[in-house]
Amino acid sequence: MEDTDNILKVENLKINFFTRKGIVYAVDDISFSLKKGETLGLVGESGCGKTTTVLGLMKMVPTPGEITGGRILIGGKDIIPLSENEMRQKVRWEKISMVFQGAMNCLTPVYTIEKQMMETIQEHKNIERFQAKKCIINYLNLVGLPEDIIRRYPHELSGGMKQRIVIATALFLEPEIVICDEPTTALDVVVQAQIINLIKRLKKKLGLSVIFITHDLATEAEVADRLLVMYAGKLVEIGTNEQIYGNGGPVHPYTEKLLKATPRLHEKVEELSFIPGTPPDLVDPPSGCRFHPRCSEAMERCKKDEPPLIEVEPEHQIACWRNYHE
Amino acid sequence: MSEPILKIENLHKWFPLRRTITQILKGEHVWVKAVDGITFNINQGEIFGLVGESGCGKTTTGKLLMKLLEPTDGKIIFKGKDVTHLEANKLKEYRRNVQMVFQDPYASMNPRFRAQDVLEEPLIIHQVGETRAEREKIVRRSLEEVRLIPPEEFMGRFPHMLSGGQRQRVATARTLVLSPSMIVADEPVSMIDLSTRAEILHMMKTVQRELGLTYLYITHDLSTARYFTDRIAVMYLGKIIEMGGADEIIDEAAHPYTRALIAAVCEPISGKSNTIKEIPIKGEIPSAANIPSGCRFHPRCLYAKPQCQEEEPILIEIEPGHMVACHYPSV
Repeated sequence: MEDTDNILKVENLKINFFTRKGIVYAVDDISFSLKKGETLGLVGESGCGKTTTVLGLMKMVPTPGEITGGRILIGGKDIIPLSENEMRQKVRWEKISMVFQGAMNCLTPVYTIEKQMMETIQEHKNIERFQAKKCIINYLNLVGLPEDIIRRYPHELSGGMKQRIVIATALFLEPEIVICDEPTTALDVVVQAQIINLIKRLKKKLGLSVIFITHDLATEAEVADRLLVMYAGKLVEIGTNEQIYGNGGPVHPYTEKLLKATPRLHEKVEELSFIPGTPPDLVDPPSGCRFHPRCSEAMERCKKDEPPLIEVEPEHQIACWRNYHE
Repeated sequence: MSEPILKIENLHKWFPLRRTITQILKGEHVWVKAVDGITFNINQGEIFGLVGESGCGKTTTGKLLMKLLEPTDGKIIFKGKDVTHLEANKLKEYRRNVQMVFQDPYASMNPRFRAQDVLEEPLIIHQVGETRAEREKIVRRSLEEVRLIPPEEFMGRFPHMLSGGQRQRVATARTLVLSPSMIVADEPVSMIDLSTRAEILHMMKTVQRELGLTYLYITHDLSTARYFTDRIAVMYLGKIIEMGGADEIIDEAAHPYTRALIAAVCEPISGKSNTIKEIPIKGEIPSAANIPSGCRFHPRCLYAKPQCQEEEPILIEIEPGHMVACHYPSV
């Protein structure tokens, strides 16, 4: 892959949290790239570092967290050395924006939709009120909402409508990259499907590159062109939609087991399989491969050495000793 | 399947809304019809799923069965006895028989109670087990039943020392200490990680088989319902619109709403990231305070005909055990 294809490149990103209990290695040496116009899925159980990774991309890691290493290249330029001011003026929202988890419940209840959206737009753009209003209506139409919604208050709107407003707000400054953190989790199935369709349409229309985070492999199958699987702060598998969900199936035992634990509607199974145990405490992660205590195929080597990310076929990488041949 | 353990007949729960001055003067009442006339039976030893979107009245139904809410109208018959309105002392007896697992394992347990105290409290309230040692034996047995083994290791733990999955096991154990015959489980796995979700459902199913329990499983998730339940009832705006065997409902859904719900479910299958999936439904769920005339689904239905706006369809049997409330069901 030429670098010109990649709109975002992350190299050896490390994010640690310095807590009283010790250092939490929340994101530990992660590298990946995002191509122009693709949707990259980021999956894993809660606490595996999905949200921390993307907060790193926005340089919004909350204290006591810190980016302790690596590079984040947006359009070839590393954003880690940038100051907070530069981030705010040039990068955040303008190049890369985010739909936060649960953001639809964080709209100010005492402001009308117009007022909250106006606030955002005037903070970043130096334009007249009437122009800003035009712009708001434009974006509301884009996400499939009627114009008269600007006079309403958040409590008058359904969850799906609020999520659309949050998405519209994230698009105001015409970013190239949009991160969606669990945008469908608290919604009903029908609304979920509508939001997924909306994200797909917007991606095509505006030429966006999307990072889509969820813990649900079934949702990811509907949206992601490529998939990143994380476990305990580590990348364990990267592959295309076809490589993960196709006939070959995933290669890493964790992805494989997670996929088997995902119930399928049109298949009657007697017993769903599951992964025994719980994800590890990241203050003191297991030695070697972090998944080995829960892995049924763990070998001696897995307990001692950390597996490197290796390519099993083009565009398909995994970190597992089982597939490592010297 | 044998005799129904629970019979629900024409159950209603209407919540009053605040009225405007004109409405008061005119003597008009405004209601949110959360549950608006539902009838179903749950057989002894079966897992019955109640499925629907948020706001369809499934949780209210669960609360009515638990007697946490008083029904506006209708009857609840449990083991042949009418339990619709109970006095305090009878209520206690009823609750020994019908227990509940709540959705949020993080909020449903006192953070200052150890697992042992959590499990012992219902025993003290219901005066089961005379000595402490006797109660401890029951607590131990329930923990073993939910596969928290060895029980000693978990009895001394506070909720924050347990993972989400373990908490939900303790919550299930708490219902089991009183040896109930029926358990109402309201979204028991929706807040649990995917990798452990299957484990919890598996555990609940094993316990159900071993102890011959009856479950009412309330969920919005059709895929777990198919795996977990024997029969499913689909609710929409306070009414049951389709009911039947779990496989039948999903493979041969007859109501357009059920079909839309099924179409909307994501499946882990490759090659869909570039296509837009059409869901055969319009708009969003209306408020239960303003229920559409005729068939309550007609404003969102793609196949609605004039009859649907005027006449409310009743639940009829289209095949043995498969009921649907639609004027034009697809077969």
